[in-house]
Amino acid sequence: MTRSVPVDPSSRFTTHCDLSAHNVSCERDDRLLFEDLNLSVKKGDLIQLVGPNGAGKTTLLRLMAGLNQDFEGEVRWCDENIQECFQDYARQRLYIGHLSAIKKVLTPLENLRWFVSSWPEVKEDDLWQALEEVTLAGYEDVPCQQLSAGQQRRVALARLLVTPTPLWILDEPFTALDKAGVDWLEGQLAKHVEFGGSVLITSHHALNDIPALRQIELGMHK
Amino acid sequence: MSLVVATIKRDLVIAARNPGEWLNPLMFFLMVLALFPLAVDPDPKFLAKIAAGVVWVAALLATLLSLDALFKADVEDGTLEQWLASGESLYAMALGKVFVHWCISGLPLTLVAPLLALMMNLPEEAYSALFFSLLLGTPILSLLGAVGAALTAGVRSGGLLLSLVILPLYIPILIFGASAVYHAGIEMEYAGQLGFLASFLCIAMTLTPFAVAGALKLNLSR
Repeated sequence: MTRSVPVDPSSRFTTHCDLSAHNVSCERDDRLLFEDLNLSVKKGDLIQLVGPNGAGKTTLLRLMAGLNQDFEGEVRWCDENIQECFQDYARQRLYIGHLSAIKKVLTPLENLRWFVSSWPEVKEDDLWQALEEVTLAGYEDVPCQQLSAGQQRRVALARLLVTPTPLWILDEPFTALDKAGVDWLEGQLAKHVEFGGSVLITSHHALNDIPALRQIELGMHK
Repeated sequence: MSLVVATIKRDLVIAARNPGEWLNPLMFFLMVLALFPLAVDPDPKFLAKIAAGVVWVAALLATLLSLDALFKADVEDGTLEQWLASGESLYAMALGKVFVHWCISGLPLTLVAPLLALMMNLPEEAYSALFFSLLLGTPILSLLGAVGAALTAGVRSGGLLLSLVILPLYIPILIFGASAVYHAGIEMEYAGQLGFLASFLCIAMTLTPFAVAGALKLNLSR
């Protein structure tokens, strides 16, 4: 599973990731999830949010992605509040939640085509290539309902290969993947940060092999 | 904008592969109009008198039947989350969704209604009024219904709630629509009623997408 990438790492992305959270606090059902949290995601960072279930990992991820505005503090992209430059920000980051947004009656190719429709520069050939790389070659025309959970997850993850964004925000991307899939995804994460991209991820999976890794622990408030 | 177009195309493909979903309301419409003459006084004069009202009520209830599913799947599988993450206008998105809904519910109803009205012995003069009143009226039903569907998308068994929210808003459309057909049947002027429907349509088209977008955002920020 290899893919040709540009040789010059600096040429891969035109914009670099500059996302930061300033004194962010969030409460859910009278329970304080985190308070005055500061976090910055820069070029080449791989940040893993860890913590027990219910610690607020997904909540933090969603508010960093700009999907949730119910919090105190500020999240900034290139020194501007993300809500003020949301369209710009949305084009520079890829968000894959634990819901995969896969339509079961559509084929992997049709699903992928919808996912990348915000990025008109993505070519049809790239989609075929991406599906081949996630070992779904031959399944392009099979409705997703006939694929296993792991294969459906691979369809969602194929977006990583075709969307030209410097920042990836991934919520539990290892769910349902087999051993080979986990290795492949780890390789993709390492490659992405090596080429100047950034990753913000929640996972219970140990990512220790990647040198750029930084862990942030949530769930200290009781 | 490209995501909106892609979503419209995708939803039409999904509808084409899942005909049961949109044929069900159409079958309901057909059955009501087939059974009504059997259950009431079969005197043609009596049927002709109530035809306008029955056809319109059946069309309205058939639309209501199809509304529950409008946003439900998108909320549950994460598609809605991806819309929001894409940073594209939710207003345009809502309009696109309603357009698809109308294409698979209101448009077929409008097209088959004149055929089925034969069974109700609708007066000859009223056919064009029936067609045009449904052509103007069913998109309003879809637009207003989308507001209710967006509000109840995250609610389990929101169907009942949806009917309660939407039915009062449907009443003016029903009154003007049925009255246009009735007046045409007794050879009276009905341009006024169609004019009202057209202006309702303009208002609904400009305003309801705001409400739909707001309701969908609310659904996701939890």
